[in-house]
Amino acid sequence: MLKIKDLKASVDGKEILKGINLEVKAGEVHAIMGPNGSGKSTLASVLAGREDYEVTGGSVEFLGKDLLDLAPEERAGEGVFLAFQYPVEIPGVSNTNFLKTAVNEIRQYRKQEPLDSVTFLNIMKEKMKLVEIDQALLKRSLNEGFSGGEKKRNEIFQMAMLEPKLSILDETDSGLDIDALRIVANGVNKLKSKETASIVVTHYQRLLDYIVPDFVHVLYNGRIVKSGTKELALELEEKGYDWIKNEVKAGSAV
Amino acid sequence: MNLTTTEELVKTFNENSKKLSPAQSDVRKDAISAFQKQGFPGRKNEEWKYTNLAPVLGRDYLIEDTTTLNKKDIDGLLLSSLEANHVVFVNGNYNKELSSVNADEPIVISDLSQAGDINEYLTASSITLNDSLTELNTALANGVVITVKKGKVVSKPIIIHFVGDGRKGNIFSNSRNLFILEENAQATFIENYSTIGSNAHFSNNITQIVVKKDAYATYYKIQNDAKSDHVGTTQVYQPEKSNFAATTITLDGGIIRNNLNIRLSSEYSEASLVGLYMVKGNTHIDNHTLVDHAKANCYSNELYKGLLDDKSTGVFNGKIYVRQDAQKTNAFQSNKNILLSKDATMNTKPQLEIFADDVKCSHGATTGMMDEEPLFYLRSRGISEKKAKALLMHAFAADILEYIKLEPLRELLDQTILDRLS
Repeated sequence: MLKIKDLKASVDGKEILKGINLEVKAGEVHAIMGPNGSGKSTLASVLAGREDYEVTGGSVEFLGKDLLDLAPEERAGEGVFLAFQYPVEIPGVSNTNFLKTAVNEIRQYRKQEPLDSVTFLNIMKEKMKLVEIDQALLKRSLNEGFSGGEKKRNEIFQMAMLEPKLSILDETDSGLDIDALRIVANGVNKLKSKETASIVVTHYQRLLDYIVPDFVHVLYNGRIVKSGTKELALELEEKGYDWIKNEVKAGSAV
Repeated sequence: MNLTTTEELVKTFNENSKKLSPAQSDVRKDAISAFQKQGFPGRKNEEWKYTNLAPVLGRDYLIEDTTTLNKKDIDGLLLSSLEANHVVFVNGNYNKELSSVNADEPIVISDLSQAGDINEYLTASSITLNDSLTELNTALANGVVITVKKGKVVSKPIIIHFVGDGRKGNIFSNSRNLFILEENAQATFIENYSTIGSNAHFSNNITQIVVKKDAYATYYKIQNDAKSDHVGTTQVYQPEKSNFAATTITLDGGIIRNNLNIRLSSEYSEASLVGLYMVKGNTHIDNHTLVDHAKANCYSNELYKGLLDDKSTGVFNGKIYVRQDAQKTNAFQSNKNILLSKDATMNTKPQLEIFADDVKCSHGATTGMMDEEPLFYLRSRGISEKKAKALLMHAFAADILEYIKLEPLRELLDQTILDRLS
């Protein structure tokens, strides 16, 4: 589904990603872990098409298309979804109106008929249950005045509504208490299918207790320095990131 | 007529002055000589630094007293569909035949030029920031006095349509109106500017609003006409504890200067001033506001927001005076602008002059491009750049529309804005 080859990206002339290689197949969940500043969020942003980052090398293929060649909205149309680490508050744009616009823009991109209001509201009600989101939140302005947990739940709710093929969760666990974490993870798990894949970017292992990854990659200093299965996450939890850093240093010293 | 010299205007005044009531003759003569001395304001005048009237003054104008416009022409104007009392001005003159005012409303409409006891509202000192254009208006303008009777509520809004009949040539018009809300009265006034025909309409207007004890006046100024050039002063007097709210919406126009002066001359009065300008092309919009806190315990709140596209230019000049007697004043001011194009310009100048020591005042102004972060967020959800920008612009504007308590007006303006953005 997703093939990242030697991806390099920089911001303000500083290279953050120094050659990422990663392949994600349908039905898989990949966790990307790593210490702060290793480039995890940059990778998520580059995949979603944030313009602050300049891609300086490599390629990203998504379902046979050159992802880097597409505008952010086209990537969403193709089925890429980024759950933001810090969802932005947008006063004056109602959550419901925003979602309806997004759903129908994506349907238009996929050459599907737009949803009428009744159908849209029915789908919305059904998906609201997934993330236990309160209807009152949907009437409010997008993310405005939402608590940290409400914002993250709203991200997963949008994911449920937009039905992406590849979802990228950027530190979705940060700032969540254990109940909110469980609800968010539950939502993600219920949306999992053989046709979809997820990339879960996280600093801590605890989210992975709820969203069990097939593969775990450690990103350090702009490169994936170690890959393994969920046991790797447990090992990281136990030992911290220092041993990885030391391994890398030792490796580069040779 | 050419406006670049004052001669023809003085000639027009001399012809008109024969029709004036003797009571107003002297004060109007003073005004024309003051105008003659000063001429039109140039850019060396600090208050006119960013607004250049030269393109407007350079045209040839007709001063037309008669009109062949009919009811159908008026029915096609923006806001004509609103359920309201419609007071129609054509080329600056009140037109009773084209107006429709419900006879049951507790209002009296009379001819300003024949009114005998209003000279205090014609003197130079009646306008807080008097200049040569207000002098010219005093000299030349006619209009109405609308009095809202004591203790009464006008049930439907009063819409003043300033129509330029630009079918034969460019129109220069001067109107002056005085709205008096007697004790405990309530009314909503809406000014709407438009032009019929393909030529330009330059209006030089003054509206004076007297809000007496416990009265409540709501005032809207709506500008959505590409062919209208306008200099207007809205002068508000709150001589006793009262409430006033102004909303100025500019969606289109040529060169526009809106002055809004409010005198809070008694304790516990409140004034709200909000504005939205959403302009493109070569439109120039200048909002000059002045809130004069003369007495203690008053409250004023001001919020102006602007979206400027193409080569449009904007000016916001917000003065707040808090005089020595005006302790416990609460005065807030904010101006927020988004430039949608590299060629758009905004000049914003908040001016607070505070002479009392126990007050709460704040002001702030921002001008910038549209935020990238919300734009990226919306686009990452599949919304096209154009639509995402439209959503954000609408949200920015909606913030001001929410102040409009008159629902049919709010809906109409909202729809006008949505149509523009789609």
